[in-house]
Amino acid sequence: MSAPALEVRGLEYAYPDGTQVLRGADFHIHPGERVALLGPNGAGKTTLVLHLNGILTPDGGDVTVAGLAVQPRTVKEIRRRVGIVFQDPDDQLFMTTVRQDVAFGPANYGVTGEELDRRVMDALTAVGMAGVVDRPPHHLSLGERRRVAVATVLAMNPEILVLDEPSSNMDPASRRELADVLTGLEITLLMITHDLPYALELCPRAMIMNHGRIVADGPTAALLGNRELMSANRLELPLGFDPSLARPERLPAP
Amino acid sequence: MHIPDGFINLATSAGAGVTAAGGLGAVLHRVRTTLSERQIPLAGLAAAFIFVVQMLNFPVAAGTSGHLLGGALVAILLGPWVGAIVISVVLLLQALLFADGGVSALGLNVVNMALIGVFVAWLVFRLLTALLPKTGAALVGAAAVASWVSVVAASGGFVLEYAWGGTGNAPVSTVFAAMVGVHALIGIGEGLITASVLAAVLAVRPDLVYGARLLGVRRAVAVRADRRATATFVLAGIAAALLLVVVVAPHASSAPDGLERVASDHGFAWTGQTSAAAGSPLAHYSVGGVPDAGVGTILAGAIGLVLTFAVGALVLHISARRGASRSTDDAVHR
Amino acid sequence: MSAGHTHALYVHGDSRVHALPAHVKLVALLIVIVAVVATPRERVGVFAAHAAVIIAAAACAHLSPRFIGGRLLIGAPFLAFALLLPFVGGGDRIVVGALSLSVGGLWGAWSVLVKGTLALAASVVVTATTPVPALLTGLGRLRVPVVITEIAGFMVRYLEVIAGEMHRAKVAMAARGYQPRWAWQGTALATSAGALFIRSHERGERVYDAMLSRGYQGRLPQLGATAATRADWARALALPLCAAAAAALAVIG
Repeated sequence: MSAPALEVRGLEYAYPDGTQVLRGADFHIHPGERVALLGPNGAGKTTLVLHLNGILTPDGGDVTVAGLAVQPRTVKEIRRRVGIVFQDPDDQLFMTTVRQDVAFGPANYGVTGEELDRRVMDALTAVGMAGVVDRPPHHLSLGERRRVAVATVLAMNPEILVLDEPSSNMDPASRRELADVLTGLEITLLMITHDLPYALELCPRAMIMNHGRIVADGPTAALLGNRELMSANRLELPLGFDPSLARPERLPAP
Repeated sequence: MHIPDGFINLATSAGAGVTAAGGLGAVLHRVRTTLSERQIPLAGLAAAFIFVVQMLNFPVAAGTSGHLLGGALVAILLGPWVGAIVISVVLLLQALLFADGGVSALGLNVVNMALIGVFVAWLVFRLLTALLPKTGAALVGAAAVASWVSVVAASGGFVLEYAWGGTGNAPVSTVFAAMVGVHALIGIGEGLITASVLAAVLAVRPDLVYGARLLGVRRAVAVRADRRATATFVLAGIAAALLLVVVVAPHASSAPDGLERVASDHGFAWTGQTSAAAGSPLAHYSVGGVPDAGVGTILAGAIGLVLTFAVGALVLHISARRGASRSTDDAVHR
Repeated sequence: MSAGHTHALYVHGDSRVHALPAHVKLVALLIVIVAVVATPRERVGVFAAHAAVIIAAAACAHLSPRFIGGRLLIGAPFLAFALLLPFVGGGDRIVVGALSLSVGGLWGAWSVLVKGTLALAASVVVTATTPVPALLTGLGRLRVPVVITEIAGFMVRYLEVIAGEMHRAKVAMAARGYQPRWAWQGTALATSAGALFIRSHERGERVYDAMLSRGYQGRLPQLGATAATRADWARALALPLCAAAAAALAVIG
């Protein structure tokens, strides 16, 4: 089996005020896998994600991306390999036009000129947003901004795409459009979400995180079907949703 | 207080432009080493914040409202160096994109609001907090007084600029009374608003307040509004305004005389031309500007000054209304 | 002018003026404004010449007079105080109807009104043909320090976001019956402004994290500043130099 795309071992972290958030998180993800990260609010999911590209430094444990350990001297390459799409697209689209935002990433890695333009347009086309390339981000709808945010990260050709609550606050049509985009990408995916049907549709494997560690890891349908596991972790299926009846035909083979 | 094009002649505007560029250059040089890269997006967000807060209608009395200028607020929240840069960026975009302040007057406005306003506020704040105990109430009180002084100082900057190159033909003493007197009243509002906004931030995130960090105040401080202190502040401000208008204003004409004498002594050719061509007030200031012993004259002067007060208040009301229509626009377009 | 509409300043088009690089247009604007402000206020004819220059530029940019007029109205209240000058001016006075007005004050009011309006019209021609990001890049080419243009870029980007948060806070307060009319009732507004500062700061930190996550190392990458040809300069400066010449003649003559 190939080296893991992402390997997290014994990650521990406490906030500056002393609150312990991560208490030994352990998991690995192989290239091509699509994994959902589920769990209650306050479990430490977003904090975990910030460790994956070195924004936060753990108090204990380590993170390795495609064989490269996350350390101060490797951080720049790590950030190219791990593409994080944050929860609020407004935090992520900080330039004055979409083109500038999508070009920002590759430009920081020395891509210039025609190659840069090509990367920008390829990334925007992959998310279906090539038409808004010269518009200011604050004039796009939330769904459009979410997709452009994905493009800003795709333009760096990352190994793994990490999404934090990609479907929150989106209307059903935008949610569908984003799902189509994500399904069409050939990439390793880690998705934090509360949207359990979305997790089932897009990710064959899921992990549940609670109290700062991974408490469950397995096929998504099996986790969602386990009622005690779900309620022990403050998770609940939407009314009328039966994971065994859901037909995720469009999922790539696990 | 944004000066439009055409109110101050070109020579003075250009001179102010050079001064502003020099001052900002010094500020940028000073922060070159200390301005970490993380502060650039923070400063941009702060600039957006100041712009938005400047449009808020803060109630004054019976439904009329006033606005915050923000020089003292940024000085205390971000420090005077970053504060001056933030206000300058706000002024630049207001002139270019929002027709708020003339493009040729940018130098004047930067000098008055970004340099004088911010640094006077900081100096007064530092002076007062050095003398007072290190409590939240002292911080907030010092901020209020610093804001008042900074607003008056900024308006004083305008009066100087007007004396040097104004084109309105109003006598300098009148301009002084109207601008400085009115801004002494505006400064009361600025002081109260700055104090309350600062108190709100201190109650939750004192670590974000540059002025508090510098004094070692690290823990959240809840400052309760003190009625007596507030009333004293307001009354002191009104008294200062009256003092400036009735006592100081009539003497204001002597300062520009001094300026003109210095200018002609040193052979500044353009000054003569300005007096003749642009009609500088120095050529036209009325006799009332010269202090006279007669009671009747003083009375006449006082009446005239009260009228200018009224005129100034009208100006305030117009600009406040404009601010209101701007934010209504905002609401309509959402 | 609403903070939420910086994009509304820009009018899509493909005129020659639209195509000019931003820094060239900014230099042209500066020349026109200097010319206007330098013109002695009594030379009414020269102001008419300036107006003609600006109208011609607007025509080249395919901007209608109605559009320019509309934008001028938005900026009008700033000039309102100029109307006060005839009342407070010193020197000779003339009697108009029931009012005794200062001659100098009248000229002063005229000066502010005409110069302010012409300068604003010239600015409108530039901002209507130049998107804001290009304006900021143009300023950078004119040696405005990078720190200033970068901060300005973030300010422009987040203006609507911050304004939106403040607006929602005001709506929420109004929905709970808040209608302040007196100064002491304004504390809730000040508190919400304080909260807005904290939230803006925290957003600034998240933006910085997002920048780091895409490899930011201290300098925003310089993207797409177009160089200006001699033809561009010639085209842009032709009209402004006419205005400058007229102003120079007026000053000397």
